[in-house]
This record gives sequence, C-alpha cells and structure tokens, in this order.
Amino acid sequence: MAILEILEFGFMQRALISGIAVATICSAIGLFLVLRKHSLFGDAMSHVAFGGLSIGLFLNLYPIWTAYAFTLIAALGITKMTDSIKIPPDSSVAILLSSGLAIGIVLISLSGGYSLDLFSFLFGSILLISTQDTITIVFLSISILSIIAIMYRRLMYITFDDKQARVSGINVKFANYIFIVLAAITVVTSIRLVGVLLISALIVLPNITAILFGKGFKKTAVISVGIAVVSVVLGIIISYLANVAPAGAIVLTSVAIFLCTIVTREIRKSIRSGKITEPNVHNRSH
Amino acid sequence: MLNLTSANPIVEIDHLSYWYDSSFLSLDDISFVMEQADLLGIIGPNGAGKTTLFNCILGILPDYRGTVKLFGKEITKNRKVLLSNVGYVPQHTSIEQSFPANIEEIISFGLLGSLEKFSRSYAKEQVHKVMQIVGLTDKKNKRFNELSGGQQQRVLIAKAMVHNPKLLILDEPTSGIDEDTQDKFYDLIRKLNAEEKISIILSSHDLDAISKLANKVACINRKMHFHGDAKDFFGDENMLKTYYESAMQAHLRLHQFNAKSNPQNVPST
Repeated sequence: MAILEILEFGFMQRALISGIAVATICSAIGLFLVLRKHSLFGDAMSHVAFGGLSIGLFLNLYPIWTAYAFTLIAALGITKMTDSIKIPPDSSVAILLSSGLAIGIVLISLSGGYSLDLFSFLFGSILLISTQDTITIVFLSISILSIIAIMYRRLMYITFDDKQARVSGINVKFANYIFIVLAAITVVTSIRLVGVLLISALIVLPNITAILFGKGFKKTAVISVGIAVVSVVLGIIISYLANVAPAGAIVLTSVAIFLCTIVTREIRKSIRSGKITEPNVHNRSH
Repeated sequence: MLNLTSANPIVEIDHLSYWYDSSFLSLDDISFVMEQADLLGIIGPNGAGKTTLFNCILGILPDYRGTVKLFGKEITKNRKVLLSNVGYVPQHTSIEQSFPANIEEIISFGLLGSLEKFSRSYAKEQVHKVMQIVGLTDKKNKRFNELSGGQQQRVLIAKAMVHNPKLLILDEPTSGIDEDTQDKFYDLIRKLNAEEKISIILSSHDLDAISKLANKVACINRKMHFHGDAKDFFGDENMLKTYYESAMQAHLRLHQFNAKSNPQNVPST
C-alpha cells in the first residue's frame, strides 16, 4: 500500500508531524483574524518575515531566527502605530506588506540575487524539514495553543465586540498585543511548510469553510482545525504521489474542500427550498 | 472591595463636559442624579451626546471634565470594580452579524467581567436562568445571525445581566427593530426593572415608549434641557416643543461639524 510506504520515510514522518502542528495553529489564529476582518494580516506578516529572512541570509545568520525577531518587532510596531495615530487596519497591512517585501528585494539585490535557501522559504520546503526544526515547530505550536486556550474566551469576546469587552473590564489592548505576538510567531513558524507566498491561504481557507456551517464558536474552531489538518495531510500525500510541490498541493486541497463545501451547501439549500427533488425520495415514490 | 450600599445614588453626574478632538463640544455642563430602581429615559436627537454620556459613565472616555460617580465612587478610579456591577447593551448596529458563536456562548461572555470566580456549573446555571428570563431557552444552540433583530437584542440583554448587575445601560436598544418586537422588548425592560429590581438607563428616540416606560427623564441636547419625573416632561407641551426645536439645531450642528472635519463626506440635508 503506497500510503503506508510513505509513512516509513523519516522525511515524510517529520513533514506530517510538523504539518499537523502548523495546520492547527494557523487555523486557530486564523479564526480570530478572519472574524476581525484582518484576513490579509497573515499575508502582511509573511512578507515582513521575508524581509527578516533576507536579513538573516545577508548577514549570514540563521534566517528563521532573524525572521522571528524582525516580524515580532514589525508587528508590535505597527500595532502601536495603529493605536496611537489611528491608521485604518487595511492601510497598516499595506504598509507591512510593501515594507517587508522592499527590504527583502533590496538585500537580495545587494547579495547578488536569489539563493536556494530564499527560494525554499518563498515556496515552502516541508519535505526538507530536519528533526531539530520539527521539535521547534511542535514546541512552539503547543505553546501557542496553550496561550490561546487560556485567553480563548477573552479573545472571542474582543472579536465579538471590543467595546463591550472593554466595558466588562477586559484589558483589550494587552490581549490584542499578545494576540499579535502569537500571530507573528505562527506565520514565521508556518513559512517552512507552505512558504511566504501561500501562508495566508492556510490561515484563511479552513476558517471561511468552517464558518459556513459551524454552529457555535468552539465547533467552528474544531471544524476549522480538522479541515486544515486534512488539507495538509492530503496535500503532502498528493505531492509525494503526483510529484508536485507540497505547498501548492496543500493549498489546492484546502481550496477544493472550500469549493466542495459551497457546492454541497447550495445543493442542500436548493433541496430544502424544493428547487431540486431529492433523488431517493423521488425513487421511493415510484 | 467597594461597599455598594443602597444609601448611595446609582449614578451621580456633576458638571460633566466632553470635547471631541478638543474642538467639538459634545456634552456641556451636564448634572443629574439617578436613584436606585429608577428607570431613566435619556432622550435627545442624533448628535445630542447620548452615547458620549454613556461612554463617560462607562469610563470608555475618561478625559472628561467634571465628576462621574457610580455607586458613590468615581468611575475613573475604580473602573473594574464598578463596571462589574453594570450591564451594557450597545447600539444594535455595532455587532458583527457573521460571528459564529451560539447564543449560549455569547451570553456567557457577560461573566468574563465579573470579579467573582464562578464554577462551570454555576456559570451554566446562571446562563440558563437569564435565557429563561428573556425567553430564549429554545434558541441556545442558534447562531446570533439566525435570530431576528428583537431576539438578538434579547440575547444582548441576557449577556448584560448574566453577572447580576445593579445597573443596566441600554443605548438605543430598539433601533432597527419592528414595532411588534419593540413592544415585547419594552415589556421585558419593565419586568427587569420591577421584578429583578435592576436600575435601568435607556436612551431612545421613541418618545412614546419612554413616556410609557420611564419614571424619570433626562432630555439632553449637548446641554441638559430637562431632568425630572417623566410625567412632568410629557405633560408639558412647551417641553415637547423645545425638544423638537433643539432636535433640528442638533442636526444642523452635526452637519457643520462633519463638513468641517471631512468635506468629502457631508450628507446632503
């Protein structure tokens, strides 16, 4: 059986373990981002991370660590700026996105063009993940999920209505800063999986699919994590069997799940409204 | 812990003024006192400063001039403790409709601000109790956007009262709700005030509803035009005439402010 054979390879085991960990944190953080209408924040963070990776490669430092540092500083800086001079959220996304990319481009041109390393960060390289990277990803994912579990109800209330949350005595500003830090760490941690260019798909797609039919916040979060994990596992297997890039396969799998959900939902709606007759009901009547 | 005795008035506002951007005077020297078990109707036209007044009472706008006391204590100095005794229902339009939380989850948000640590079973019991009071027990697993406007308002009231507050603040709670639903909603407000002994401040444009509901009225249009018994306000034709004249002035004032601060976005009047 080809699928069982896949699991025998060490690189596949590492890819699946880190993939499941990253899928879980991306969908958990993504649910709050999507509901706050900050879907593109993940995209902006990933472009800042690209700038951070370039700094690491340019200075001959470990690029992932410079990406963490740079992304955290930029995320906290822009949040502070948005708070104090009231920049609209979509404009802050534009500022982050373009500045991160610009820094990356300048440093790449100074160092004489794209290196193989940078290319793997742009498009993801989950099959090349080391045991050390896997341990780091799993450790960070558990830490992020634990903090979300502690703050979950407060974050949910702030997302529902931040003014009411403030009136209830919740420290909205502090909670938002913690959330931004978690979002920044999530994005940089996930870059190895789907790359800078496709990370926002993993943050957004499982959540908008889950929101379509989740009854309750908790259920929506669980469905979203389920969809993200299925997308990553199927995507990795498909990429191995069809010999295509894993990041693309993962994102296309979650796009397929999203489209199937919409089609199924519309068909069920039409059946309920009587526009389509349910086949088995029709057959039984004869 | 503050001693919130019944000897203190619920709300005391003394010479309260508030400026937006140091240029637009939204509240000008407002003073009034609200006693326990009062149902105070705040009336005034759009732009009169009703929501600004609530934001000052709730400590959301702390940079006011004057004094705002809740339960005898200054709000800015004891905000967390005082607000744990207040339930707040915002204007209907500020809620995100696609939010996937179910009714039970939304109502339980109200317990987050409480200073008491509830056990999970007590919290659940409390949520079910308020769902019963507002008549939503059969809707507990529904999503917020699956309910009608009136039912959504009842959810927000249940959330505001789940931690047993002594004061409920309702900011234009019936805007965008049909007349039949409004009547049911007002019945609920009466019940909360009479049976649950909750003091209530309610702002509305609906003078008819305020005349039937409130025992006290505060009519504001930047300044305080009237504060006293509802029957005195509604029984005086001159008061009502002044109210409608000041409504027109407020509309013009708001239009001028918008024109000054954002010339591209001036509504045509």
